[in-house]
Amino acid sequence: MAGESNGAGVFGSSIRRREDPELITGHAKYTDDLQLPGTVYCTILRSPYAHAKINSIDSSEAEALDGVIGVYTAADIEESGTPGAIPVGWLLPDMKIPDHTMLAKDTARHVGDGVAIVVAEDQYTAHDALELIWVDYEALDGIADPKKATADGAPLVHDMAPNNIAFDWEIGDKEKTDAAFAGAAHVASLDIVNNRLIPNAMEPRAALADYNSITGELTLYMTTQNPHIHRLLMSLASLGLPEHKIRVIAPEVGGGFGSKIHHYPDEAITAWASMQVGRPVKWTATRTETYITDAHGRDHVTHAEMAVDADGKFLGLRVDTYAAMGAYLSTFAPAVPTYLYGTLMSGEYDLPAIHCHVYGVFTHTTPVDAYRGAGRPEATFVVERIVDEAARVSGIDPAEIRRRNFVSPDNFPYPTQVALEYDSGNYEGALDKALAAIGYDDFRRDQAAARSDGKYLGIGLSTYIEACGLAPSAVVGSLGAQAGQWESAVVRVHATGKVTVYSGCSGHGQGHETTFAQIVASALGVPYEDIDVIEGDSGVMPHGWGTYGSRSAATGGSAIASAAEKVVDKARTIAAHLLEAAEEDLEFEDGNFFVKGSPDQAQSLPDVALQAYLAHNLPKGIEPALEATSFYDPANFVFPFGTHIAIVEVCASTGHVELQRYLAVDDVGNVINPMIVDGQVHGGIAQGVGQSLFETAVYDEGANLLSGTMLDYAVPKAHFLPSFETDRTVTPCPHNPLGVKGVGEAGTIASPAAVVNAVVDALAPFGIAHIDMPVTSEKVWNAING
Amino acid sequence: MYPSKFDYHRPSSVQEAVQILSANPDAKVLAGGHSLIPVMKLRLATPSALVDIGRIDALQGISRSNGSLRIGACVTYDEIANSSTVQEAAPLLAEAAGQIGDRQVRYRGTIGGNLSHADPASDLPAAALALGATLHVTGTGGSRSISATSFFVDLMMTALQADEILTEVEIPAAGAGTGSAYAKWEHPASGYALCGAAAVVTRNADGSCASARLCFNGVSSTAVDASAVGASLAGSDLSDGAIESAVNDNLSIPDATGDMFASAGYRQELAKVMGASALRTARDRA
Amino acid sequence: MGISIELEVNGASVSDEVEPRLLLAHFLRENAGLTGTKIGCDTSQCGSCTILLDGKAVKSCTVLAVQADGSAVTTIEGLANGDYHPVQQAFWDNHGLQCGFCTPGMIISCVDLLSTNPQPSEDEIRHGLEGNLCRCTGYHNIVRAVQDAAETMNG
Repeated sequence: MAGESNGAGVFGSSIRRREDPELITGHAKYTDDLQLPGTVYCTILRSPYAHAKINSIDSSEAEALDGVIGVYTAADIEESGTPGAIPVGWLLPDMKIPDHTMLAKDTARHVGDGVAIVVAEDQYTAHDALELIWVDYEALDGIADPKKATADGAPLVHDMAPNNIAFDWEIGDKEKTDAAFAGAAHVASLDIVNNRLIPNAMEPRAALADYNSITGELTLYMTTQNPHIHRLLMSLASLGLPEHKIRVIAPEVGGGFGSKIHHYPDEAITAWASMQVGRPVKWTATRTETYITDAHGRDHVTHAEMAVDADGKFLGLRVDTYAAMGAYLSTFAPAVPTYLYGTLMSGEYDLPAIHCHVYGVFTHTTPVDAYRGAGRPEATFVVERIVDEAARVSGIDPAEIRRRNFVSPDNFPYPTQVALEYDSGNYEGALDKALAAIGYDDFRRDQAAARSDGKYLGIGLSTYIEACGLAPSAVVGSLGAQAGQWESAVVRVHATGKVTVYSGCSGHGQGHETTFAQIVASALGVPYEDIDVIEGDSGVMPHGWGTYGSRSAATGGSAIASAAEKVVDKARTIAAHLLEAAEEDLEFEDGNFFVKGSPDQAQSLPDVALQAYLAHNLPKGIEPALEATSFYDPANFVFPFGTHIAIVEVCASTGHVELQRYLAVDDVGNVINPMIVDGQVHGGIAQGVGQSLFETAVYDEGANLLSGTMLDYAVPKAHFLPSFETDRTVTPCPHNPLGVKGVGEAGTIASPAAVVNAVVDALAPFGIAHIDMPVTSEKVWNAING
Repeated sequence: MYPSKFDYHRPSSVQEAVQILSANPDAKVLAGGHSLIPVMKLRLATPSALVDIGRIDALQGISRSNGSLRIGACVTYDEIANSSTVQEAAPLLAEAAGQIGDRQVRYRGTIGGNLSHADPASDLPAAALALGATLHVTGTGGSRSISATSFFVDLMMTALQADEILTEVEIPAAGAGTGSAYAKWEHPASGYALCGAAAVVTRNADGSCASARLCFNGVSSTAVDASAVGASLAGSDLSDGAIESAVNDNLSIPDATGDMFASAGYRQELAKVMGASALRTARDRA
Repeated sequence: MGISIELEVNGASVSDEVEPRLLLAHFLRENAGLTGTKIGCDTSQCGSCTILLDGKAVKSCTVLAVQADGSAVTTIEGLANGDYHPVQQAFWDNHGLQCGFCTPGMIISCVDLLSTNPQPSEDEIRHGLEGNLCRCTGYHNIVRAVQDAAETMNG
């Protein structure tokens, strides 16, 4: 795979990742791999109770242990004058916002709530000392189920939130939707639990804080997807240090899937501890600790109904959801089951009436926030399950009923009943491609034959859409975001023509160093090898919002493209001056400026760059140097879509579900690097299949986490999964300079519905309408055996 | 995670090991460590001392003589799974050992550690029961032999005294006309058995069943011998129908355990399916 | 309290005095400074800490450093001298990694798998990797990488 290739042709090619040599040799440094002179270690004592009053804490024995530097509680943080708050970054009307502090003060509200910290000379001692802190807890009742938590008399998480309701939110037109049901020939109705998930990025969260009391500067290395957001929240809410005195660095980051977006207490505590002890302090979560502190995903209880006319046309969709928030409002939690969920209820369909009502509910559990897909997998699951149920009750084939209801390609831009405007799409195109590739008609014949042999095969479709590429800042601001969602980039051409690109995104496995360089190579006509990409350091790249919501290519990439365009514009001015020609007469091709028709008299970009830095002969009014900064605020979300198909075989005697084939046809717009895009799809599918068949965070009635270790929570293993079949259609995004959409979440959004639809299809002879995720053997066996 | 502090001993003989054990009542024996170290990391076990028997030569080795297969306590799962001696004399044990955990675990975990730990969801206890294994143990008072049937007392409890070490597992070598199989239903997270069925079937010259034994891991607090199933198969023609009715009519696990992955009731159903499957395979191999 | 141990790590002799409870993974990362070996869980599930101990893949979070006394350890840093091991090369060529955190352990397991089964089927590869979790790739390209490496190594 020699010649990672040059210039313009590099956009769209499957270049191997330049990140990999360090990673495959073990030389890449993740947060826990970093060591500063004098580093000491922090551990956090966590509540073993779902809900308890903290009467007193006796840390004297721990403090006396050899090697312990200090033990601290919420009282110590308060006394230090540090603000100590963990804020929520998305506000909804009338939302109840309880206090959330870096350590619990008088009440612990979930298993894992931080109660005290130890700082010690080594990590073994720091863990030993935890066992010597004596907390007098008074256990109180807890509750984990988001629907039951709203009942009168349920244990309250916060007294200020009656019935545990954090917010009561709706979107769409209730009256219009109710009226649609009045005229329905068929009504499909489902009760759906969207199972709670634990993210399980392979690298546990960690932080290494180094506070310099002389300069007042804090350097914080941490496992983050968005260093600038942490810098802002550390300054404003948690630590009270001036923002310009905080530098947040994301070293190599081992996956995130949303779990490293959020501003947790733990990293702030680590920083605070460094301020107390005057030495670098490191905290590294154990896996079991991540299970009770990393924000969980999903956890919805939903009732959905679809009204269908006699021809199988959808008339209206009604959705009622109880969405768990957990014990506190995590960073972007309120947005997830509202604006990232209710707005997706139209799916790919021309749906004339929609109403979606959501209660955000406090429970005595680990907080819930964005996890890969964030709201959109939950919405897609509701829509694609209810569509299959509508097909079932109407007696129409699931592929056919979708076809009858798709927004047609000539109907874009398409305004939905739930606030979004879809920009482009060809949903039937993706469906047709997928059906042909899977051999849909042949499968239906095989399925019938197999059934007569007592073999239960099933096929499941998920024709999904998502809104991503977060996001137009004014739009999200009007909806409650306390953050902008533009992205920033700097493209700097050095005097020698080499290029450094800075991005406000912060990759953690996506391959930005490769794909962003591909964008710039293409835009500047500079050899790919001559371009470096730097991100994940707030001290080097001043601004940005990070990597999540499938935004890095569409928003971060567009920022880079527009910075590169500014560079070309400036270079053109200088080149025109050097060539003594008018700017408008210049062509720019493969990195060379020349007067139309005279390509042999060219000024290359490196030539221009050298002159720009020498500044001996610049046009009037042009500043030296060749670089540009861009702040790109997208005009709209982007809307990837596609068709995913799962084929399963269900064993009737055990209930075992075998995923035999999984095929995805995605439309993510233009593709920068097909190999990387396929990889994102593979990983996304695996996580969605994991949710549908294996993964679930289980709390007991009293809100104790039963799936508290990796021995209990089934992260999919290699032999649980088949190889995946992937293909694409390409409908470029019309409103960003690259024509790209997002791909990071598509697989996770589409796949749970595809798998469950396949299982339900396999079980059609038994008249089974629905099985909740994860579809375990036992659940299937119970469904079959009534 | 980080284990609590402990003293470490590395004796070079079994005698020395049992002396140390006897002097340290809450010491634990460390062989491969793949049952013990994980619980120590979670601080669910906090022994004051570990007695590392991993380098005692007498506890190594696989041999076959006088119709018996003898396996040293510190022989690893991987060695058992890939040993041609075991594959010939006790193929059930090799098959079960090859399904424990994962490659990395199988390189370190040992048969002695496994049986002494007596985790009912592990894969070897049922095989040891089904094969009629004899466990040789040594303590300060000398050596004795315990049948597998008497060895497993309760959940993670064995007949071993505090100062005793399991030294060797002896298994009668399979004779002609005997087949066996291990059928496992794996816990999707831990990889332990939600239900593991170990079957041994011996056929007469006319193909009828001379004897059959069906034992289970994972379904209750210890490995269990479904002796009624075996007894009812004796003399039968071992047809699929005979196996199915033997299992359906005679298999009952009154103290079946349940968890969030498989309730007690579902485990019983699985036991029937896995038990019949293991018996059919064993029959085909006999 | 300390116990003297001596190991051969990536071909070089390393000796130190350690607490008996020190895990081999911590010894390699902290004492020997080889942070390529990762720690991703605390229950011996994830396999990120996999190394070769006397030539066999083991989870170094489930081995005490004192147990490894006298043994030879190969970590990801020592798998190849200068160039890439064919398995490393195949992971790169086939996009067998994304965040890279599971990768050192995954690569070591694949090396071990191919040493005992030079031409594994897809099913054998998937089962052979059951001790290593990856959250990014869905294993699809890891399987491709192992197949590619097998082809190269069988040359």
